[in-house]
Amino acid sequence: MKLYKLMFLSILLLGASCKNNEDKSEKSEPVVQAEAEPLPEMSVFQLPSSWTTQEGKDIQLEELRGEVLVMVMIYTSCQAACPRLVADMRNIQKKVSEEANRETKYVFVSIDPEVDTPERLKAFAKENEMDNDQWLFLRGDIEDTREFAAVLAVNYKRISPMDFSHSNIISVFDKDGVMVHQKEGLGTNDTQTIDTIEQHAID
Amino acid sequence: MYKPVLLGICFLIMASGFSQESEMAEIEGGTYIPLYGNDSLPVSVENFKIDKYPVTNREYQMFVQENPKWKKSEVKALFADARYLDHWKNDTELKSDELENAPVTNVSWFAARAYCKWKGKRLPTLDEWEYVAMADKETADARKKDGYNEFILSWYEKPKSFHQEVGSTYENYWGVYDMHGMVWEWTADFNSVIISGETRRDENQDNNLFCGSAAIGSSDLMNYAAFMRYAFRSSVKGNYSIRNLGFRCAQDSNEKENSANEAL
Repeated sequence: MKLYKLMFLSILLLGASCKNNEDKSEKSEPVVQAEAEPLPEMSVFQLPSSWTTQEGKDIQLEELRGEVLVMVMIYTSCQAACPRLVADMRNIQKKVSEEANRETKYVFVSIDPEVDTPERLKAFAKENEMDNDQWLFLRGDIEDTREFAAVLAVNYKRISPMDFSHSNIISVFDKDGVMVHQKEGLGTNDTQTIDTIEQHAID
Repeated sequence: MYKPVLLGICFLIMASGFSQESEMAEIEGGTYIPLYGNDSLPVSVENFKIDKYPVTNREYQMFVQENPKWKKSEVKALFADARYLDHWKNDTELKSDELENAPVTNVSWFAARAYCKWKGKRLPTLDEWEYVAMADKETADARKKDGYNEFILSWYEKPKSFHQEVGSTYENYWGVYDMHGMVWEWTADFNSVIISGETRRDENQDNNLFCGSAAIGSSDLMNYAAFMRYAFRSSVKGNYSIRNLGFRCAQDSNEKENSANEAL
């Protein structure tokens, strides 16, 4: 049903753009969008939240559609588990084939958006030699972060002004944003995580 | 052009009518020591307002009518699982043996959050909720009283307590009803509870609770009652819809009650 609606809409838009041809000839963009498959119900891209990257660029999660996403929630001032989570992410990225990595993004989402400014995230990326396209660092507002954590089933709590207690979960999403795998715990076996990434990146 | 204006006026009249009897209670902030958590440091809570009653089926029907994307048939699985509004016959009606004025349950955290936003409110934080829930009829913090704990524990044993009209249990010190004895309630940061033993401190807590060797006194009962709530929170996910889990909304104390509904 939704597909029909979209098609109908795109015809309408086409019609409209033809009529307005004289003043605006580049109205074809919405049509391209309308042709895209509707998002699966379980897609994380259903979240309307917007995020800022380590480059200070504002993005919607949906802009990441089309790539496999490996996501983890951390905070940069963390001394305990986070360095190990970062190491786990790096190990996964190293073990995934080059071919699959071309279709994959590794995403860190801050649970401490007040402290983790884009500048701070950028510095963190550099420190960890993750300052390229393969790695993405995101911060959102407190509400959206709580919501995002709810989707990832990540629990976290501020336990002191400097520290959070949080679950250590790495999640893999397919190219449509549907969660396909979760790895819980630190330094645990990552074979299944890597297999999942390979399988969904190269389809 | 007239219609929106007229509607606006109608709304204002209605709103002012309702506000004669406020639907929220003012809560004076303070500090309290949570019963269960990573540590037993005092937590401070600001002044805030909270709904006197849990949100009812009837109120939720109005929300769904104005926000079709939260209809049973339209809601996305990411935001609510298959049991969402399971006790409703269809998008608008309750099943025949359900009460309109009973708390709405089978609603996910996402849905509860959207409802409160629509009301110009928000979900209470876990600490705010616990702070209000410490009260019995006479005192703000009744947690050390046997009667208070016995009431909660006997409720835990009672089946189908959700099948009651709101306001059926006691009015507490703050003028808030049904914090205990009816349904469990969502909080904004329900997912801040970590009981999986990921940190050593958590593990200790659990051991303390499960392996406690002391005789059962009122403080054990009180810890047990609260532990059940925290354990429950840590076991649910944001899209779960559960038969005995409802919600109520809160607001910062400087916000105006009955502020215009925000379209979602």
